[in-house]
Amino acid sequence: MEKLKYALFTGCTAKESTPEQLMSTYAVADKLGIELIELTEASCCGASHLQDYDDFLSLVLNARNICYAESRGLTMVTICNTCQLNTAMTKHRLDNNESLKARVNEKLAEVGLEYKGDSEITHFLYAIIDDFGLDKIKEMVVKPLSQFNIAPFYGCHNIRPSELAGGDNPYNPTSLDDLIIACGGENVDYEEKNKCCGFHAELQSPNTAARLTGKALMGALDQNADWMVTPCPLCHLKLDTQYDHASHAVGRDVKMPVLHMQQMLGLALGCTVDELGLKHHVSDVTFI
Amino acid sequence: MTSITTQTITFKVFRFNTETDYLPAYKEYRMEVTSEEVVLDILNRIKWEFDGSFSYRRSCRHGICGACAVKVNGKGVLACKERMNDIIELFGNELTIEPVSIKRAVKDMIVDKADFWQKHDAVKPYLISDIDEHPKQESLVTPEQAEALLEADLCIQCGLCHYSCPAIEENDDFFGPAAFAAAYRFNADVRDEGTLERLDVVNQMGAGVWDCVKCFECAEVCPKEVNPIEKITKLHNQAFEFGRAPNNVAVRHAVGFAHSIKKHGLLDEGELVRYSEGNLGVLKHVPVAIKMYKKGKIVLPWNMPKSDKLDEIKKLVKISSTVKF
Repeated sequence: MEKLKYALFTGCTAKESTPEQLMSTYAVADKLGIELIELTEASCCGASHLQDYDDFLSLVLNARNICYAESRGLTMVTICNTCQLNTAMTKHRLDNNESLKARVNEKLAEVGLEYKGDSEITHFLYAIIDDFGLDKIKEMVVKPLSQFNIAPFYGCHNIRPSELAGGDNPYNPTSLDDLIIACGGENVDYEEKNKCCGFHAELQSPNTAARLTGKALMGALDQNADWMVTPCPLCHLKLDTQYDHASHAVGRDVKMPVLHMQQMLGLALGCTVDELGLKHHVSDVTFI
Repeated sequence: MTSITTQTITFKVFRFNTETDYLPAYKEYRMEVTSEEVVLDILNRIKWEFDGSFSYRRSCRHGICGACAVKVNGKGVLACKERMNDIIELFGNELTIEPVSIKRAVKDMIVDKADFWQKHDAVKPYLISDIDEHPKQESLVTPEQAEALLEADLCIQCGLCHYSCPAIEENDDFFGPAAFAAAYRFNADVRDEGTLERLDVVNQMGAGVWDCVKCFECAEVCPKEVNPIEKITKLHNQAFEFGRAPNNVAVRHAVGFAHSIKKHGLLDEGELVRYSEGNLGVLKHVPVAIKMYKKGKIVLPWNMPKSDKLDEIKKLVKISSTVKF
C-alpha cells in the first residue's frame, strides 16, 4: 500500500489544553507509517460559536484553512469533532452555493488565496478505519487491551448531522466500537455513547452541561466500563476535567479515566506512556 | 420487482396508564414483520391483534399531521413514514417502542404536549403587522423572499426535535428547537414587523437560543428536514444584526472567538473564559484551572501559540467582518 499522507488540522485544543492528544496523534501516526503535514497556517475554526456572531467571517476563515490543505494537494485530517464539523460544513456550503463561494473567494483573493473545493476532509478516526484499515491494525497490535471494558463516547459533531459525518449512523454508531475491538478491548454498550457531553454550553448553561457530563459518565460506569475513550478533545476536556461539577449534578461520584482514541490505539500498538502524554490527565489514568 | 420478505421481530413496548398504573412496564409482542410495513402498521397490529386498549395518536398516515411521533430504540420517528426494513437493518430484530417523552407519558404512546405548545406560543409564531383592511393591491412575496424562510415553514409540530433535545430534557425553561424554528420563520418573513419583540424573547438567558448545546439532535431527527439548529444560528446572527444581543456571558463567549483569532489566529482558551465571564465571574473556574495547570493543560499568556501567516488572518478578519458588538 502507498504510504498514507494527510494535511493535519490540529485545532486549538491540541495545542493548548490537551497536549497529550497531539503527542499521541503523532505517536500513533509514526507507528502506522502515516505521514502528517501540520497546517501551521490554520486558524481556529470558530468552534461552532464564531458563526453565531459572524457567520460570513467564520466561512472565510474555515475556507482559508482548507486552502492550505488544497495547496499541498492533500486530504485534510482533523483530530477534533468540532473542527471536523465546522470545516466539513464550510466545504458543503461553498461547494453547493456558487455565489457564496464567489463572495468568500473575493475576500480570500485579497490575501492571494482561492478556495477550490478539491480537498476532502476527514476525522483521523475515519482515516484510520477507512483508509488504513482495521484488519491491518489488528495485525499490528502488540499489547491487546483484553483486560479492559472500554466505553466509547462518540461526541456529537463526528456523527451529526449524518449527511456531513463520516459514515456512522448517529443512532447506532459503530466506528469507535470497532476500533476498541481491533485493539483487543471489550466494547461497552451504554445509552449515552452517542449523546451530548455538554461542552458547548459549559459557560452559558452550566447546570445543563454538568448534568449531561454526569449522565454520560454514569451510563458508562453502570455498564461496568473501566474507562472511556473519545475521538474529541472537547468531549475529553469536559469528561476528564469537570467530574466534580458532573458528580454534584447527578448526585454521585462519576470520576472515571477518559482516554483519547489515539492514546487507546497507541497503548495497543506498544507506544510508551510518555509518548502518549498520559501524565496530562486530570482524572487519574495510573491503571495503565 | 423485489419480493416481500418476512422476519420475526420482538417488540418491547412501553405500556402505562397514568389513571390506573402505579408504574410503567414494557410488554413484549412477537410478530412476523413484512418488508412492506412501517412502524405505524406495528402500532396498529399491537392494538388489533394483541390488546385493544393500546393507545397512540394517528391521523393522516401521510407524514403531514405530525401526530404519530414515537421513539424506536431511542430514535425519534414519525411512525407512518418510518419503514420497518430500515429500522431492522439499523437495530436488529429486538426493538423497543416508547413515547417521545417518557416523563410526559399519559397513556402508552400518548404524551402531554402542553410544554411544547406553551413554548411555541411564547415566541409569537404568527405574523405581526399593521394590516391595512382595504389594501389597494396584494401584498406580494417574491420567490427569493420566500426562500429566506429556509423551509422553516415546513414544520408540522410533531415535537420530535423538542423531545429529542437534551437541553430541554435538563432545563424545563428552554424553549427548544421547534419554537426557535417558528420564531425564525416569522422573523424571516418580509411582511412581519415583530422581529425585535421575538428577538427579545429568544435571547433570554436560561430559556433562549444561548442555552442550545449544539448537539444537532434536532437537525438529525426532523422528518421534514427543517434543520432547526440552522435557524437557531440565524437567530443568533439576527441578535447582533439588530443590536439585540445582550451583554452577557453567552454573547461575549461568541464574540470572544473573533477577538482571539484576530490576535493569535488560534483561540486563547484562558482569555476566552476571562472575557466571557468577566474578571469576577472567572474566579469560579479557578479550582478546575489549578487542577489543569498541575497537569500541564494550561498555556500561560506569554507562551500562547500563534498561527503562521498571522497577518493574512488579521487582514481577513478586518475585511470579512459583517457585524459589530
